[in-house]
Amino acid sequence: MGTERLTGWGRTSPSVAEVLRPRTREDVAEAVATAGPRGIVARGLGRSYGDPAQNGGGRVLDLTGMNRILSVDLASGLVVVEPGVSLQQLMRAMLPFGYFVPVSPGTRYVTVGGAIACDIHGKSHHADGSFARHVVSMDLLLADGDVRTLTPETEPGLFWATAGGMGLTGVVLRATLRMLPVETSRILVETTRVADLDEAMDRMTETDADHRFSVASLDNLATGPSLGRGWVESGDFAALADLPPKQRENPLAFQPKPLAAMPDLFPSGLLNKRTVRLLNAANYRRAPQHSHTHLASIGGFFHPLDAIHGWNRVYGAAGFLQYQFVVPFDAAATLRRIVERVAVQRAPSFVTVLKRFGPASPGYLSFPTEGWTLTYDFPTRTPGLPGLLRWMDEKVLEAGGRLYLAKDSRMSAADLEAMYPRLEDFRKVRAEVDPQGVFVSDQSRRLSL
Amino acid sequence: MKDSLGSVQSLLVLGGSSDIAVATARKLAQDKTKRIILAARPSDRLNAAATLLRSYGGEVRTVDFDALDFSSHEKVLAPLFEEGDIDVVLLAFGVLGDQADDERDPLAAAQVVQTNYVGAVTSSLVCSQALRKQGHGSLVVLSSVAAERARKANFIYGSSKAGLDAFAQGLGDSLVGTGVHVMVVRPSFVDTKMTTGRPKAPMSTTAEAVADGIVEGLRKNAELVWVPAQVRYAMSTLRHLPRPVFRKLAEKQG
Repeated sequence: MGTERLTGWGRTSPSVAEVLRPRTREDVAEAVATAGPRGIVARGLGRSYGDPAQNGGGRVLDLTGMNRILSVDLASGLVVVEPGVSLQQLMRAMLPFGYFVPVSPGTRYVTVGGAIACDIHGKSHHADGSFARHVVSMDLLLADGDVRTLTPETEPGLFWATAGGMGLTGVVLRATLRMLPVETSRILVETTRVADLDEAMDRMTETDADHRFSVASLDNLATGPSLGRGWVESGDFAALADLPPKQRENPLAFQPKPLAAMPDLFPSGLLNKRTVRLLNAANYRRAPQHSHTHLASIGGFFHPLDAIHGWNRVYGAAGFLQYQFVVPFDAAATLRRIVERVAVQRAPSFVTVLKRFGPASPGYLSFPTEGWTLTYDFPTRTPGLPGLLRWMDEKVLEAGGRLYLAKDSRMSAADLEAMYPRLEDFRKVRAEVDPQGVFVSDQSRRLSL
Repeated sequence: MKDSLGSVQSLLVLGGSSDIAVATARKLAQDKTKRIILAARPSDRLNAAATLLRSYGGEVRTVDFDALDFSSHEKVLAPLFEEGDIDVVLLAFGVLGDQADDERDPLAAAQVVQTNYVGAVTSSLVCSQALRKQGHGSLVVLSSVAAERARKANFIYGSSKAGLDAFAQGLGDSLVGTGVHVMVVRPSFVDTKMTTGRPKAPMSTTAEAVADGIVEGLRKNAELVWVPAQVRYAMSTLRHLPRPVFRKLAEKQG
C-alpha cells in the first residue's frame, strides 16, 4: 500500500492516490468499507485514455491481482472469472478449446472488470453488440458491503447501470461470460483500398451485413479529392477448411509475441503533422489497390499495436488523447464535415478508425448507438486542438451523437448531460446503491457524474 | 481537475482584483473554467471583476481575504477546498510600495515585505496542503524579474519577491510526487494599476500577456514562466554582470 501517481493510457492529467492491490473479495470489501472521504474506484490495466480509473487524494483498487479463471463450461462456453482477468489471459486459456472472447477491442490488455465498466465494443459491434451483452451475470460489491448477483433479467436497473457505468456503482467481484465458439484462431480478412470517404462508407454499408468484423482506417490528413481515403477490412473467423494444410495441424494456435518495448525517451513532438502525414500516406499505399483476401492472426487483425509494449510512449511526456464519437447514420453529413475540418486544420492522427455500430446497448451510460463511429488519436500539443475539439463536440451534439467515456479526457459536464439521455436513470440507481458517493473517480468529479 | 489539454475547471484567486488576476481568470473562464473564487479585500474593483467573470456563464463568488491577516488564512482558505476540488490556485496579490518613501519609513517597508512574502508564504502553505489532499492541482505564484536581481530603485519590493520566488521553487520541489504542481511566473515590468505613473522599463509587458503566459504554462505544466519569454535571456545576462556595471545600467534606468 502506498501512494502512486496515476494517469490513463494517454498519459495526461495525473493525480496521486493510495493504491491497494487486493487478492480476495474480503480485501476488496475491507478497502471499500474503510475508504476515506475521497472515496474509491477500481482500476484494471489502465487502458482507458483519460481519468476514469484514477481518484486523486482517494483510493484506487488495482484489481489486476484478482485474475483467476474460476470455472469453465466447455459445452456451453460459459466462463466464470475474477475482474482482473485480462482478455489476453482468456484467449490463451480458451482458444485451445475453441472459444474466443465475445468482444475484442483494439487491445487484449484490458480486464473483464474494465470491459464491463466501459461496456467496450470491437470490430464486431454491428454483429455482436457490446461486451455487456455477453455477460450472463456478475457479482457486484456495493458501497454498504452487500454483494449482489446481477443478471439482466433479475436486476436490470443495477445491471445496466453497472455495464458502462465507469465503475461508479460498485466493484465487480466476478462475472460469467458467454464466449464465442470458433473453429480456428485465424481471421479471413478482405482488405480493400478506398479512394475517399464516400467509397469507404459505401463499401462498409454494403459489406457489413456479410461479415462479423468490419472496420475502415483513414489517412486523416489527406484532403481534396482524397479526403477520407484509406482501406476497409472485413473479416470472419476462418473455418478449418480455409486454412492451408500446415496450419490445419494446429488451427487454434495463439502465441502472440510482443515485438519490442517502446523506450520512454521520445520527445513530445515526434508525431506531428509532417511525420504523421508521411506515415499515413505510407500506410495507405501499403494497402492493396484491389481487394485482397488473406489469413490474419488474432494479434495482427485485432491488436496490431499490442505488439509494441507501451506504444503510448511514442507521444512523449505531453501525451495524447483519443477522441471517439458516434453520430446516427442519417448524420453522415456531420461525419464528413468533421473529417474535412480535421484534415484542413492538419491535426495529425496516426490511428483513425471508422466503424458502423449496430443497435444501442441497454447500458444507461453505454456508448454505442446505431450509427457511424470515428476515432482519432491526437497528440495533446497539436496547435489549435482545444478549439477544434470543442467545435467537434458541438457538431456531434447537434447531430444527436455522443462521446465515449472510456476515451474521454476533456469533455464538459454539460455536453455529457445532453449526449446521454439516460444519465438521470443512472444517477437514480447510483443514488440508491451508493448514496454517500463512495465510488468516485477523477472523471466522475470532472463530469459531475 | 485539469483536463488532458490543461484546461482548468475551477480556480481560486488570491488577490482577485489585480489586473493580472482578472485577465487570467477571464481567459480561463472563456476557456472552460466554470467555478471561480476571488479572494481579496472587499472593494468595488473586486465586485466589478466578479460581475465581469459571471458574464461568461460560470459560478463566481468573492471571499473576504486579507493577505496581511496571516492568522486568518487557514480559516478563510481551507474551507473553500471542501466545497469541491480546486484545480488552480493563483497567488496574485502583492504591493509595489514606494521605494524612496519606504526607505525612510521602515514600517512601510515591512508592510511590503509582509504582504509580498509573509502573507504569500502562509496562504500558499494553506493552499498547498489542501491541494495535496486532492492529489492534484496547480499553485501559480506571481514573482517578478526583480526577484532575479534587484536594483537600488526597487530592492525592497525586489527582495520580497526574491524571497517568495525561492520559497515557491522549494515548495514545488517538496511537492513532487504529491500530484501538486507549483508554477513560478516572472513577468517583467507590467503596466497595471500597481505601476501607473512609474517610468516604464525596457521589455515591459501587460497584464494580458502575463495571463496568456499563465494559461499556456498551465497547459504545459511549466515550472517557471517568463513574460515576455525573451526576458529570461536578458535577466540571465543581467544577473551575471559585475556589480559596478550593473549599477551603471540601473542608474540609467532610474
